Amino acid sequence: MYETIRYEVREHVAWLILQRPDKLNAFTEQMNKEIVSALKQAAGDEMVRSVVITGEGRAFCSGEDLAGVTEELDHGEVLRTRYAPMMKALHHFEKPVIAAVNGVAAGAGMSLALACDFRLASEKASFIEAFIHVGLVPDAGNLYYLPRLIGHAKALELAVLGEKVSAQTAYELGLVTAVIPESEWETEVQRFAAKLAQMPTKAIGLIKRLLRESGSGSFAEYLEKEAYGQRIAGLTEDHREGVRAFFEKRPAVFKGK
Amino acid sequence: MSKYAHIQTYIEGSIAVIELNRPHVLNALNRQMVTEIVKAMEEYDRHDDVRVMVLTGKGRAFAAGADIDEMADDDSITLEMLNQFAEWDRLAWIKKPMIAAVHGFALGGGFELALSCDLLLASETAEFGFPEVNIGVMPGAGGTQRLTKLIGKTKALEWLWTGERMSAKTAYELGIVNRVVAPELLLEETIKLAKKIAQQPPLSVRFIKEAVHKAVDYSLYEGMQFERKNFYLLFSSEDQKEGMQAFMEKRKPNFKGK
Repeated sequence: MYETIRYEVREHVAWLILQRPDKLNAFTEQMNKEIVSALKQAAGDEMVRSVVITGEGRAFCSGEDLAGVTEELDHGEVLRTRYAPMMKALHHFEKPVIAAVNGVAAGAGMSLALACDFRLASEKASFIEAFIHVGLVPDAGNLYYLPRLIGHAKALELAVLGEKVSAQTAYELGLVTAVIPESEWETEVQRFAAKLAQMPTKAIGLIKRLLRESGSGSFAEYLEKEAYGQRIAGLTEDHREGVRAFFEKRPAVFKGK
Repeated sequence: MSKYAHIQTYIEGSIAVIELNRPHVLNALNRQMVTEIVKAMEEYDRHDDVRVMVLTGKGRAFAAGADIDEMADDDSITLEMLNQFAEWDRLAWIKKPMIAAVHGFALGGGFELALSCDLLLASETAEFGFPEVNIGVMPGAGGTQRLTKLIGKTKALEWLWTGERMSAKTAYELGIVNRVVAPELLLEETIKLAKKIAQQPPLSVRFIKEAVHKAVDYSLYEGMQFERKNFYLLFSSEDQKEGMQAFMEKRKPNFKGK
């Protein structure tokens, strides 16, 4: 049903694979839309407990397809109508999302990776804030996430200088969770996604919510949100199972409920 | 067996809960549903056990608007003779506190229904709006009046003209919503607030509501005269005697609603 992406669910993990390898998985309007519907599908599917976003071929995603950029283009409207829905869908997505960065993540492709909860980088991966090279500003939420991940100074360096950041450098910056050797790439990504898919899904969603909101509002407001969050988590089956397993001195079996 | 076709009602302690129950059409309001809501509210308004009413929607939305099919073929004269909005006027005469708990969509008539309540709690993901303009009409059950009185002419016109949807956060910032709550806890938190109000002396709660509503419509002078009469009136209540006695004796009052 999708043409620019592939969507598969295996063992509680949803795989969202960008599928335009000959264009280095550059975004088109259709791809933006398909990603939104795939995320909706994953959000509504009880079987899905973690999501992996990755690219087919040698790139993760090279950003906006410049073939569609013309003189008349209203860049602001492109962001509002195409990118904002996709970035909002990711921002409010409750299940854990991993960007499995298999190759270059450039421009809005880098933004996509930044919006995920975890970034796993293959040795061959790289990140490029390509926007400056065509006289534009990083978009698709890029500069919202970047300073939160690596701090203001480094974010500015990357965005203004636009230099290619290797997987290893990205790891040192704290941009990625792990750099994975090429030979173990697929098994390691699978293992990581499977591990997340066995954790208390609701609690992960609530942690995401709290972290998202911890940057805004007062401390008192935050504590109130925390109380809501813990009340919700306290009502889950996974919480009861966790406590039971603790007293029975056995590993907990979480069901994501 | 419920005596209503389109709503469900129950009483929990001193709280009456009214649930819109046409989830398959996102609780689109038809005439009968409005009749039932008004009927249930009027009944609870006279029910001795009920102190606060909570209005909420079953399924994915509070109420996504009015039933368009029902009125698409109506003409002006039919509508005038039918006088369907008269029922909405009766909502304004309910004396007990009404709290709306809004999740999902509250659009058009659904938004008007929420605005007819005294307090409004919204889930973080709730969205409000008046899309009537998009189909060549306008709000007819108080939308232009209640929204304007709440947020002022300038803001109201923008929302009513564009027909755009308002997030719960924006509705909160504009003063439409009392609290924004995580979706999972919306009803629980609404009931908590309802219980808190239900513990207050009912006559005070009642006369405060009446006076505050007068503030919306009356001039300040007239409103103050009205307030004063209600203030005096409370001195005929047992709860006033008990409340002031308890204050002087430094103990907790025991209110009876008399």
